[in-house]
Amino acid sequence: MKKDIFIFGIETSCDETAAAIIKNGTDIIANVVSSQIESHKRFGGVVPEIASRHHVEQIIAVFEETLEQAGLTFQDMDAIAVTKGPGLVGALLVGVNAAKAIAFAHDLPLIGVHHIAGHIYANRLVQEMSFPLMSLVVSGGHTELVYMKEHGSFEVIGETRDDAAGEAYDKVARTLSLPYPGGPHIDRLAAAGQDTYSLPRIRLEEGSYDFSFSGLKSAVINTVHNAEQRGEKIIPENLAASFQASVVDVLTEKTVRAAKEYGVKQVLLAGGVAANKGLRASLENAFGKIESIDIMIPPISLCTDNAAMIAAAGTILYEQGKRDGLDMNGHPGLDIEEF
Amino acid sequence: MKILAIDTSTYTLSIGLSDGDVVLAEQVTNVKKNHSTRVMPAIEALMSEVGMKPRDLNKIVVANGPGSYTGVRIGVTIAKTLAWTLNIPITAVSGLASLAASAPLIEGLVCPMFDARREQVFTGLYRLSNGLVESVKEDQNVPVVDWCQELLRMGEPVLFVGQESIIYEQVIAEVMGNAAAFAGKSVPYTRPAALLSLASGMEQDPSQVVPNYARLAEAEANWLKANEKKEKSDE
Ligand SMILES: [Zn+2]
Repeated sequence: MKKDIFIFGIETSCDETAAAIIKNGTDIIANVVSSQIESHKRFGGVVPEIASRHHVEQIIAVFEETLEQAGLTFQDMDAIAVTKGPGLVGALLVGVNAAKAIAFAHDLPLIGVHHIAGHIYANRLVQEMSFPLMSLVVSGGHTELVYMKEHGSFEVIGETRDDAAGEAYDKVARTLSLPYPGGPHIDRLAAAGQDTYSLPRIRLEEGSYDFSFSGLKSAVINTVHNAEQRGEKIIPENLAASFQASVVDVLTEKTVRAAKEYGVKQVLLAGGVAANKGLRASLENAFGKIESIDIMIPPISLCTDNAAMIAAAGTILYEQGKRDGLDMNGHPGLDIEEF
Repeated sequence: MKILAIDTSTYTLSIGLSDGDVVLAEQVTNVKKNHSTRVMPAIEALMSEVGMKPRDLNKIVVANGPGSYTGVRIGVTIAKTLAWTLNIPITAVSGLASLAASAPLIEGLVCPMFDARREQVFTGLYRLSNGLVESVKEDQNVPVVDWCQELLRMGEPVLFVGQESIIYEQVIAEVMGNAAAFAGKSVPYTRPAALLSLASGMEQDPSQVVPNYARLAEAEANWLKANEKKEKSDE
């Protein structure tokens, strides 16, 4: 009988201090996330130094709760997996150094994980992955189409040339005077509105899988500005719905085209913006019509940053024999194709 | 009683090991290099050199600031995680206190100093007597000239230690005259042995050990300032 693999995961790349224990890369045994969002709200965004300070304050309590939830100790673990990038460097360093201390204390293998690989592998906590697959990664910092021909292999076939989708959401939210973080507020407003403002769909050149959202963001700002000048009232629900429709249309269209061209069996949605109801509905609808391709969308709690996804991705790296040394560093700009 | 001492609160990397009575090993590097990649390998190498395993450790003492924010966090994170996971006590001490304690055989006032840029320093005032270090003025982030004027009012000579005090030697001498003496060159940084000697201080729950930055994060300071202004204009 094959022995079970237990991986302890750590994630501190942005404003969530998180730890988790995953069995065999698929089963969540414990999953703890301590969010700092309340602390950053007053600044209207994540302040890196404040995030780092919270991580160092919270990290042991998060570890303790994780072991407690699982009823396990580090003696039961096979390896420690930690996000080594990309992310805020000061924040990453807290998780990375805590991981090294645990690995050293218990003589456990240490595995550095790419944050986006983690987001993709969140899907494996719901259902087994089948290859080849295409993953649409959308978050505050990323908008990418990542092709995977097998476990641990990542090819970025398209990415944003300016703002990430999540960034555009935050900026548009600010224009509409919505509180930080803006994404969920836009999503909520959009559900109550109609796509009436006919905003542009920015598709870039023929055949490209890249994205661009800064033009759309400017179009929203101009719409608000022009209405003000004419003394007209903006209908926030309709503007949110129009903005969201533009983002979702482009994301869905390019994902469908990429999935078909690469002949994938599965499409995975990953990243914080995967919590967006409009995007989920649109992708489910589009791929519902394509029988040969399964669409997988993890539950919202696994879309936002967590350590379960890091441990899940870490399990694959563990099985592939990838190891990091005690000299591992945090890499704020880590490339998924090279990590 | 095996003790590990860690200080990464400035660019100096100081690690020490003792068996409680005898200092077994010290490692200091005084170069501007990345702590994050070097601290754990240095601890591992030093422990292996003296034949110590992680589970042999009985206690950890760490300098928890003030100093470089990132440097302090790396040292504190490693120390508290090790202490927690090995289930051993931890003592967090001021990096300035351990620098003051690195001045040998002094009786009197010692002022350790780290540069905090913009004519400011992280500093505090300590009294050394019979090899013990006692806090006289708490660690703070302060403009150099203000601090020296405050020290002058003590009416006692003060010995300045730490290589970063050399940056301000002239400014200090101008304010304090003969009341200031300088040992920045012979006591440039924290000796791990000095940090180890402070290990008998108060023990803390590892989860509760946090850095002492002695300074608000810039965003927080700005936010407080803006809100104070707002409150005033609301009145
Ligand atoms: Zn993320």
